Amino acid sequence: MKVPTRVRAVLGAVLVVAVTVAAPAASSGENAPAAATAAQATGSTGSQAVAPRANLPDLEDEVMCPICGTLLGLSRAPAAERQRVFMRRLIAEGKTGQQIKDALVAEYGPQVLALPDDEDTNFWVYVVPPAGLIIAALAVLWAAIRWRRNRDPGDSQGPDRGSAGPSGADSSRLDRDLADYDL
Amino acid sequence: MVLNLKTSIVAVAVVAFIAFLAWGLVNSGDGGIADGEPVPTATLPTLPPGGEGSLEDYRGEWVLLNVWASWCIPCREESPALDRFERENRDRVTVLGIDTRDLTDDALAFLEEYRITYDQLRDASGEYADDLETTGVPESFLVDPDGNLVAHFPGPFRDLAEVEEFAAPALASAGPAGGGATGS
Repeated sequence: MKVPTRVRAVLGAVLVVAVTVAAPAASSGENAPAAATAAQATGSTGSQAVAPRANLPDLEDEVMCPICGTLLGLSRAPAAERQRVFMRRLIAEGKTGQQIKDALVAEYGPQVLALPDDEDTNFWVYVVPPAGLIIAALAVLWAAIRWRRNRDPGDSQGPDRGSAGPSGADSSRLDRDLADYDL
Repeated sequence: MVLNLKTSIVAVAVVAFIAFLAWGLVNSGDGGIADGEPVPTATLPTLPPGGEGSLEDYRGEWVLLNVWASWCIPCREESPALDRFERENRDRVTVLGIDTRDLTDDALAFLEEYRITYDQLRDASGEYADDLETTGVPESFLVDPDGNLVAHFPGPFRDLAEVEEFAAPALASAGPAGGGATGS
């Protein structure tokens, strides 16, 4: 049976409209289970899911486990697991990383932060290590320069121990050994 | 035998290193506060929040100081015995809980679950537990009315009898129940 051109055009238009309307609905349907899972994980019973503004893996590298003396991310201690539950809840509430860290400080004290704050004596935490590295690098450079100078035969300063070379019996034995290997 | 300068320096460094290790070994020892020494005090927030308190507030009383945390399974196991001891001996010994390195909500849920009513202080950062030189939780300290350590119990109490045995000096000194706290 041959379908008239006009009918085919109408059917095509209907199809395009159907696809356009259905796509967003399908898309929101895909997100629904994810939101439900997030709410389930955090124990939230509210119908409004809040978009997370922080993520746990990043924060785990910025805070300490309260009892282990390691980063939270490295610990599976019971106390660390409770800390994670606490953080997940705040993430689900839409708190930022800074707000979560503030809440952790309120719970455990400032020691919970893996990085010190910028106040008071902690200033030296940022200054001393680089200064130490620079001093160490300068010391190595100075030692290298001094070593090269001592090895340089043209250097008139100090004893030239590097250019003395073997003498006497050592020299003859060296010549014999070299001759043995002379192919 | 004559040692040259380089050998002497190496020898001194080795001796110093060994001495350093020996010093560390000797000082690691048992650690902790010795019996008869004053027990450190610190002003801490109360649990539930709303006030402050310190071991010093209990001067003149025998105190069983119990360091615990809600995430600590042995702390859960010893709680019934400790709570029963407190209910039966509150006129002679004050039990004071120190919740350390814990979340407030978790700690409050713990107190509710075990219906613990004796005084609690919250050592959020764990600094006070460090001052007490604890090696973990739970740990208990028997403190005399002058604030000095009488006995130390690392680990959980298994039952009421073990708590009573630990607190025997206090129970003996304070007399029968109803006598109230006495100075030493």
